[in-house]
Amino acid sequence: MTHPIRLGAVAAAAALLALSACSQGSATREDGGEDGQTVVRYMEFSSNGGNEQNLEAIVAAFEEENPDIDVQVETTPYADYFTKLQTAVAGGTEADAFELNYENFVTYADSGALAELDVDGGAYTPSLLEAFQHDGAQLGLPESFSDVVLFYNKDLFAAAGVPEPTADWTWEDERAAAEALTDTAAGVWGDYQPATFHEFYKALAQAGGEFLTEDGSATAFNSPEGVAAATWLAGKSGTVMPTEAEGAGTPDFDSTLFREGKLAMWHSGIWMFGPLADVPFEWDVVVEPGDANRASAMFTNGVVVSANSEHPEETQAWLEFLTSSDTTVDTRLSAGWELPPIADEAKLAPYLEQTPPANRQAVFDALEETVLPPVIVRQQEMQDAVTEELGNAAAGRKTVEQAIADAAARVDELL
Amino acid sequence: MNRGTPSRRRNRNTLRYGGNRLRYAGIVALFLAPSLVPLTLFTLVPMVSSLWVALHDWNLITPMEFVGLDNFRDLLTDGGTWAAFGHTLGYIAGYLPLVYLLGLAAALALNTALKGRNVFRAAYFLPVVTSWVVVALLWRWLLSPANGLVNHLLGLVGIDGPGWWTDPTWAMPSVILASAWKDLGFVMIILLAGLQAIPGELYDAARVDGTSAWQRFRYVTLPLLSPSTFFVVVISLINGFQVFDQVYVMTGGGPAGSTEVVVQQIYDLTFRYGRAGDASALSWLLFVVVLIVTIVQVRGQRRWVTYA
Repeated sequence: MTHPIRLGAVAAAAALLALSACSQGSATREDGGEDGQTVVRYMEFSSNGGNEQNLEAIVAAFEEENPDIDVQVETTPYADYFTKLQTAVAGGTEADAFELNYENFVTYADSGALAELDVDGGAYTPSLLEAFQHDGAQLGLPESFSDVVLFYNKDLFAAAGVPEPTADWTWEDERAAAEALTDTAAGVWGDYQPATFHEFYKALAQAGGEFLTEDGSATAFNSPEGVAAATWLAGKSGTVMPTEAEGAGTPDFDSTLFREGKLAMWHSGIWMFGPLADVPFEWDVVVEPGDANRASAMFTNGVVVSANSEHPEETQAWLEFLTSSDTTVDTRLSAGWELPPIADEAKLAPYLEQTPPANRQAVFDALEETVLPPVIVRQQEMQDAVTEELGNAAAGRKTVEQAIADAAARVDELL
Repeated sequence: MNRGTPSRRRNRNTLRYGGNRLRYAGIVALFLAPSLVPLTLFTLVPMVSSLWVALHDWNLITPMEFVGLDNFRDLLTDGGTWAAFGHTLGYIAGYLPLVYLLGLAAALALNTALKGRNVFRAAYFLPVVTSWVVVALLWRWLLSPANGLVNHLLGLVGIDGPGWWTDPTWAMPSVILASAWKDLGFVMIILLAGLQAIPGELYDAARVDGTSAWQRFRYVTLPLLSPSTFFVVVISLINGFQVFDQVYVMTGGGPAGSTEVVVQQIYDLTFRYGRAGDASALSWLLFVVVLIVTIVQVRGQRRWVTYA
């Protein structure tokens, strides 16, 4: 008969085996690379959905210049990226470098998860470089920027005999055109701009309002301007734009509608230029109409080095190449991807020469008056609360005034 | 004469038995290890550590900060918690009767000499072993307000279908419908086994007594089915409190928070809002609620469960 102690040892060994099997997942993440190369892992979302080969090209160019470094890219769709990143950071399995959008940068910078960088910075547009500083330290590099413009289907405008949008348009012009272009019998909608957080802070700036008070301690959007902005957005649903019940807000609903030629005007980002290059109708873009002010949404993504990285220098070298090298600039411009954050505007010239859209100048005109998203530590909760309350107004479950008051109260609690 | 013998014998027995017991425990441990080790690693350890996390503020990124019972206090005073429990109870109130009645109907129908009943049994059970993600996406499409099959069919008979999962009033019924459809096969299998265990003589005797079919169902079938019913209700209630997959895929807790059930709330708190402490506290709150409900059920079964 087997001795009990020996049996116990077997059980303990089995437990150890199970334990080591668990930790194997994290052990494999560091594959040594070839011939003693330094491996730099990079987690990102922005190449997902059509720009993967463009990022591959940038990686290949970097590795050619730096044969000692092996860059391993891990791409995750935007919708899941921040969940995955957060879990990876919590578990200590995050990559050496990862991508952050401006809205999420503050949370990570504040948490101490990022390494301070030592960069010259002269290559970058100063305002974009500053966006990734925190308490005086450069904790990230700007990687790309983009803005939102008004896309329009020229064929639909011509068919309806409505004059095309111009840079002088106001909300009133957009509303009148949207009504004239909407033909529900034919399934054609005049406009698409969802009542969400990201549209609201911009419309609020267009109406002349402020999201937060100057010191950031309270909301300031429960105001006539806030109500005007919410009324503008919520009023579109069901009149000139499909409702939630008709599918609005589900993934790819708006891009599909536009691609099928059933949407006359669409508020969307310049990253759609590439994907829309092959649609069988004429389209162009124009700076978004304003109200009291003009204000265009600008988004910027940055890249950071993890505080846990064992190769911070090699990682930073990769990030500098990724953000400001000529290869990157060329790749981004010819692909119609988001724009590189470089200071030398002459390098951006080739972007303007391509079509569609013909009016690429609008991308730069929009940058003259931009608005950045309000950023707080409890960012996602704020975004969800505002979007939910605006959705209530758009669906008629609350009055606009009530929805704005409720949204303000909920955001105040988060500050 | 032999007064001392029993005690001597007892001593000897205890010694021998004690040695056996140690050896016996070792063998038991060996055989239990394949399930005990994973259970400890993946259930007990996480449970205990989640209690530890519940006593802290933790955004998964920065170090944990001890806050004592603050998370529990905040949860109990937060309207969102009660709303989530309310939505969960609403789900259970719709789901449990529906899935039981559908499962019972299927079990009764397939307990007869119906032609091809094995095909039907397999068909009803198929959704049970199908991934929830697949089923939820299927129902999301079936119940799509604009292009869904259900609203299309309703339209053919002149009914203007509701917005289903896009409408706060209809979102929870949509989730309940999908859940009942998926789980009715499980209920059916358990009840079918229960039905087949009821001795045929009881029906013969009831027939001799001149009972109607309804009376036989009411006074023979239902009481003797009560152990199976009890099992189904306990399992379905626990599953009902833990409803998540179908909500996450079909509605994500929306629209307007109308399907924000407890586990969805736990998920959102952790992975959307980085509030792992609050989420862990809510998990324990849910655990306690399920524990109490289950204890009450087990105690209450004496009153209505009949064992043949």
